Amino acid sequence: VCIHRVRSCSSIRFIKSKYVCVFDKSALKFSHQQRLFRTSAVSCGQIVQFKLSDIGEGITEVTVKEWYIKEGDSVSQFDSICEVQSDKASVTITSRYDGIIRKLHYNLDEIAYVGKPLVDIEIDTSKGVASEEDVVETPPMSHEEHTHQEIKGHKTLATPAVRRLAMENNIKLSEVVGTGKDNRILKEDILNYLAKQTGAILPPSPKAEIIPPLPKKETVPEAPKDKARRIPVPVSRPIVFSGKDKTEPVTGFQKAMVKTMSAALKIPHFGYCDEVDLTQLVQLREELQPLAQIRGVKLSFMPFFIKAASLGLLQYPILNASLDESCQNVTYKASHNIGVAMDTEQGLIVPNVKNVQVCSVFEIASELNRLQSLGSAGQLGTNDLTGGTFTLSNIGTIGGTYTKPVILPPEVAIGALGKIQVLPRFNGKGEVFKAQIMNVSWSADHRIIDGATMARFSNLWKSYLENPASMLLDLK
Amino acid sequence: MVLWSSLKSCLQLSCILRTPKAGFRSITSGGLIIQSTSNDVYQNLAVEDWIHDHMNLENQQVLFLWRNSSAVVIGRHQNPWQECDLRLMRKKNIKLARRRSGGGTVYHDLGNINLTFFTTRKKYERMENLKLVVKALKALRPQLEVCVTDRYDILLDRQYKISGTAAKLGRATAYHHCTLLCNVDKFVLSAVLKSPYKGIKSNATPSVPASVKNLFEEDPSLTSEMLLDAIAEKYATQHQIDHRITIVNPADETVLPGINNKAKELQTWEWVYGKTPKFSISTCFNMVYKDSVLDVKVDLDIKHGRIEACSIDLPEQWLPPALCQELVKGLTGSKFCPNETTTLATTLLRVCPQDDDLHSRWNLLCENMIMLM
Repeated sequence: VCIHRVRSCSSIRFIKSKYVCVFDKSALKFSHQQRLFRTSAVSCGQIVQFKLSDIGEGITEVTVKEWYIKEGDSVSQFDSICEVQSDKASVTITSRYDGIIRKLHYNLDEIAYVGKPLVDIEIDTSKGVASEEDVVETPPMSHEEHTHQEIKGHKTLATPAVRRLAMENNIKLSEVVGTGKDNRILKEDILNYLAKQTGAILPPSPKAEIIPPLPKKETVPEAPKDKARRIPVPVSRPIVFSGKDKTEPVTGFQKAMVKTMSAALKIPHFGYCDEVDLTQLVQLREELQPLAQIRGVKLSFMPFFIKAASLGLLQYPILNASLDESCQNVTYKASHNIGVAMDTEQGLIVPNVKNVQVCSVFEIASELNRLQSLGSAGQLGTNDLTGGTFTLSNIGTIGGTYTKPVILPPEVAIGALGKIQVLPRFNGKGEVFKAQIMNVSWSADHRIIDGATMARFSNLWKSYLENPASMLLDLK
Repeated sequence: MVLWSSLKSCLQLSCILRTPKAGFRSITSGGLIIQSTSNDVYQNLAVEDWIHDHMNLENQQVLFLWRNSSAVVIGRHQNPWQECDLRLMRKKNIKLARRRSGGGTVYHDLGNINLTFFTTRKKYERMENLKLVVKALKALRPQLEVCVTDRYDILLDRQYKISGTAAKLGRATAYHHCTLLCNVDKFVLSAVLKSPYKGIKSNATPSVPASVKNLFEEDPSLTSEMLLDAIAEKYATQHQIDHRITIVNPADETVLPGINNKAKELQTWEWVYGKTPKFSISTCFNMVYKDSVLDVKVDLDIKHGRIEACSIDLPEQWLPPALCQELVKGLTGSKFCPNETTTLATTLLRVCPQDDDLHSRWNLLCENMIMLM
């Protein structure tokens, strides 16, 4: 039974309702419900009570577990409305109508009854037809079959809104591949179809492009075979783009980053960059990798960079210090807890290797392995993530050469390593050779660190890496 | 029986060669039995989704056979914190999955088999399916004392649960799936299905705990493969279809287009944890710090898996109040997740006064907060 609820507002509407009633009498001769609507501006929504349909197995009541829509949302036919549960069965209730949700009859966790109203939906008044005459259209609520089109033996499911979009763009629904439930054609499918045409230029006449309809079994995405034969008439249509801006609150970890970076901004940074010739180190690592492998540890370049940094910090301890908030005192940290920036799903985390000053390169490598596997599993503990005194960021594994790293408070310096590139360089004899070059970009707190100190530290670090044997002299 | 099995494996092999690459969306016979090659719980759940969304079941029914490596599977409207020991699962690398059907929490490993019966909405009938399973078990081992209860469980010896059921109904199709315990690690099962989290108040569907037993304990000659075969055979006979199992690879996009996206969605935090119905935690814990014991009271409101509101009641001045405020502010809106909280807490520490004592107190408090997750 179709419930007619006519809104009582302006006089114009009253006249209209009388009009509707007159036609209704003639409409009664049709076996199923019909509805009349004008295509002029004033619309009168008809509110329909959508009842909870039979769940089966003689079930009469269910619990409402989740609403997918709220009052005021617009829905299309087949959109999910809510999830209800009954005795271990979870049921998705989908809308039978296109329209706007006007009332939800239940709150979450309330019991809903089969056969009783679930939601009230205000049915769309269509503006699809250009003409001003009254259009008698079978409402979508009557039978699902009426929204199907039998084309070449295949049913094409699409809501009236989608059909309208197709019609406006002169698209034959039979030519569109549906990706919705039961192969129904969604708005996205129409838009994808449009996008496949050359740019935004669409043929004005429907007979310009015929892509044979795909049989249901076909799972390979359609290839527009006839593209070559088509003659696009350059009539430009507005590009249909249904993307929407999305605003999300800044939460949790991101909030903390905002705070940290805002604090970092207060530090006067200066930058110092250089290039390092890693040719010898590359060779050394190749020799040592199998040895480390035997001991069960993956050896990358980082352990060498970290150890060399620690050796440098022994000579220039101010880079491993911390300035207090009032800038009254500098604390020289005894431990070299060197942080390694890691990129995870959440974003940037910086676990640190503790006491590098007393660790061997192998021990550093082993610790890095542990931190990396914990990091990727999202299981790093507070101890691993706190207490850092100096940081290295190997952004080069992703790419880049020179960067401008931001110091992570309460530290005073940070180094970012670019990618290793094979570049031509001159040796002592003036000959060109293949060198493995990596760029390093340091940033330091100019309140307590001067350019000369940074430069000397960088040179020392660089010399250890360019000539790894020299590390042996200073290793503790 | 032996002859049948070998004949079947012949057919199965030939069937692998004959399975049409274009998929099996339109089937002319009355039914289809498929088995997954994967033991990944997300991929297998994705296959269920795929069949539910894309197959036309007007003229046939489908039986899907699958097994998973260690995983806990919670029902659509359940609360994982209430149902299982998430800390233990993280340590042991046991996955957590949320299925789309209702019902309670189960533990899967390769000693458990899963059966999914796909039909149209009209033909949805759980009792019939379970009776079929019981018939198959009895045909395989007549001495087995198995029966179906009115809660849709299958009991062994009238006391031990060997199968649990859940179902999902969509617009036109429905599925009923159930587990069957053949040789599951009961020790892990009971450890993992015991929640250590206290003070949870929630309207989520609770699980009903039950004593379980493996069929293997009753008859050591039984294996998962034998059970799968027996049930498939019974199904084929009942639906008068070929006694043939189609093997399907849940990662194959050509046969199941869009399947990898479905599997990915099932693994997102938003689905697994974010779909937890609103709940609150009201609890307290003790912290030992330098010869004194402190009582801390915590209240949390969690919606969509995120902390909506949070209050931490500490002894006065144990931590600077401004710092406490920062923690509460940071927690509000963030995921109720140990990883997120750890990174949040440690990052906030960077902008605190650099005092070792302060840092130890902070770390102690945060670690205890993380234990709640």
